[in-house]
Amino acid sequence: MVKPLIEPGAELDGFTIGERVHQGGMATLWTVTHPGITMPLLMKVPRVAEGEDPAAIVSFEMEQMIVPRLAGPHVPGCFGTGDFDRQPYVVMERIPGKTLYSRIDQLPIPYEEARVIGGQIATALADLHRQNVIHHDIKPSSIMFRPSGECVLIDFGLSHHNQLPDLLQEEFRLPYGTAPYMAPERLLGVRDDPRSDLFSLGVLLYFFTTGERPFGESETLRGMRRRLWRDPYPPRRLKPDYPLWLQEIVLRCLEIEPVWRHPTASQLAFELAHPEQVKLTARSERLQRDPLSTVWRRRFNRGLTLPKPKSDVAAQLAAGPIVVVALDTEEGSGTLNECLRRTAAQLLQTLPSARLACLNVLRLGRITIDRTLDEQGNNKHIDRMVALRHWAQPLELDESRLTVHVLEAVDPAAAILEFTRVNHVDHVVIGARQNSMLRTLLGSVSAKVAAEAACTVTVVRPPPSAVTQG
Amino acid sequence: MRLAIFADIHANRQAFSACLEFARARGAERIVCLGDIVGYGADPEWAVDTVMDLVDDGAIAVIGNHDHAISTPSESMNAVAQAAIEWTRGRLSAQQRRFLAELPLTRREDDRLYVHSEASHPARWHYVRDTPDAARSIAATDAHVTFCGHIHRPALYSMSSAAKMTSFVPTSDVPVQLLGGRRWLAVLGSVGQPRDGDPAASFAMLDTTSREVTYCRVPYDVEAAADRIRANGLPHWLADRLLVGK
Repeated sequence: MVKPLIEPGAELDGFTIGERVHQGGMATLWTVTHPGITMPLLMKVPRVAEGEDPAAIVSFEMEQMIVPRLAGPHVPGCFGTGDFDRQPYVVMERIPGKTLYSRIDQLPIPYEEARVIGGQIATALADLHRQNVIHHDIKPSSIMFRPSGECVLIDFGLSHHNQLPDLLQEEFRLPYGTAPYMAPERLLGVRDDPRSDLFSLGVLLYFFTTGERPFGESETLRGMRRRLWRDPYPPRRLKPDYPLWLQEIVLRCLEIEPVWRHPTASQLAFELAHPEQVKLTARSERLQRDPLSTVWRRRFNRGLTLPKPKSDVAAQLAAGPIVVVALDTEEGSGTLNECLRRTAAQLLQTLPSARLACLNVLRLGRITIDRTLDEQGNNKHIDRMVALRHWAQPLELDESRLTVHVLEAVDPAAAILEFTRVNHVDHVVIGARQNSMLRTLLGSVSAKVAAEAACTVTVVRPPPSAVTQG
Repeated sequence: MRLAIFADIHANRQAFSACLEFARARGAERIVCLGDIVGYGADPEWAVDTVMDLVDDGAIAVIGNHDHAISTPSESMNAVAQAAIEWTRGRLSAQQRRFLAELPLTRREDDRLYVHSEASHPARWHYVRDTPDAARSIAATDAHVTFCGHIHRPALYSMSSAAKMTSFVPTSDVPVQLLGGRRWLAVLGSVGQPRDGDPAASFAMLDTTSREVTYCRVPYDVEAAADRIRANGLPHWLADRLLVGK
């Protein structure tokens, strides 16, 4: 069989080859057009000639399997694949602009900008993980942004799909990836823990905010293995003005044990979206690395970081949901709030990695935007926060799992729905009032939330006896 | 074309009926049986007749060790399996026994090989327990994909052009593309006696155009199948294990 040549003007499966735009170690990128597709397209062709790296073939096979299954704004759309028995290729949407790598000579970037970028990447990772895929090569050159601001992850050649054969699992004894960004468990052969991507994002955030790579640039296995026992210098040692909340987040991402990192990318995105509510631990103020005794204990007690049995990514994500409890703190809500607390307690008991966001809506009048209300409004805001914390206190949750939020809105249901959408909330628990005059006048908030939310909604009603008692 | 591939039916009428119905609803155009039509279960006459009818309609079937033992006594079978074979032999007609005895060990269709146990020594009934077993089978054939059963636990192995192996426990209902650059061994779970801890019947579908294999699980009336085994005086253990899929 004559192999169709990939060259400008050639045609392959309806795609007309344009110009070569990139020649990398693993693959070549060409622009292509197709009569039925208006979107700009790229064809990725692996380098498989004699003497090329066999990893180029395997990583192309992984992309060939994974990319067509991905969906949503955080990945490039896929428009066709070709197999090795004729001409291997993947045709993908061409994302305009440059990768985050183009910022590398502007480091360090401002903390606030890093927070926003980190949140966008974490949101994209959460979406990818929900599709059972772990990226495994998160670094500046695999991150792009749509004009709308959404982060797009590219290059899935090292990725792991939890429901497909992992061709990289046994092919190579050395872990493939980008050394400075690789999570320590990858060095032990673990490829099915989504928190490996959170580690890489932590490296990126550290690098972008300090200008230094936390684990240097060593490419040797020996140099890479040091991260199994040696923690990086805390950012505050490099930059005394480093925000406590940011160091807390970055060092948590860089925890050696995956279980000490954020349970899910959604939860990391949530922290980056609410920096004022990040629970500061001893991590946030550290100026020194771990003492040598700790480092030695890690180094010579490998049992601490032994590979775990194969995990189920979907189950792991499901164990760490973001749960919102929408509360009314007005008087007379006591019984209902008690029922809500009981429901929340039952949920949290079965989900040790869940985090709880307590929500209250401070209702604004439709026309009262006058400034005199400002001060009073502020006070109310604080009162509500105090009331929410008081409500949550009996749950005895660790502070790192609890946040409280007072939203100001004309339409409470719309405000709850918006919060749920923006923060990728997994489960809303909301009370329904029986026989309430407000409900009659304003319509039911819980009914609207239950009908329109994109996630699971539990509507809690007090038992009938409690209702009759008042 | 869409193929439905069944292994280790083991005379379980309830399970095989449910799988056939499920496969037809998903557009199966051709049927392949990877052997062990009989043995263990209580409806061997129905099972053989059904496969005979399917073969008359163009289905492919190969022989399994239990089918083989009906006409050729085997020394390697355990006592329970042996008891079930003795009982089955007494139930089958001469025509049914002949149909089983004449089934081929392997069948080749396009770039696919069908065999009950594995491809390196099909008549020795070796199990594919791990990656080295799978590598031996793949190395013995030039087929792009080999379908086998025998071990009653689904698995999917591949060998790259550099002879590196991968193994994978398939997720039900998630199609896997059998990439052209490597060769594959698709080990099917059992229709009539699953042993991977899930009592639901197991089989697979292959789309020959997209080259995607999909492992399927079909819940069926396990109690009825177990009752039939007990009512026919077969060892009760054969009924009990159906309930837990072990």
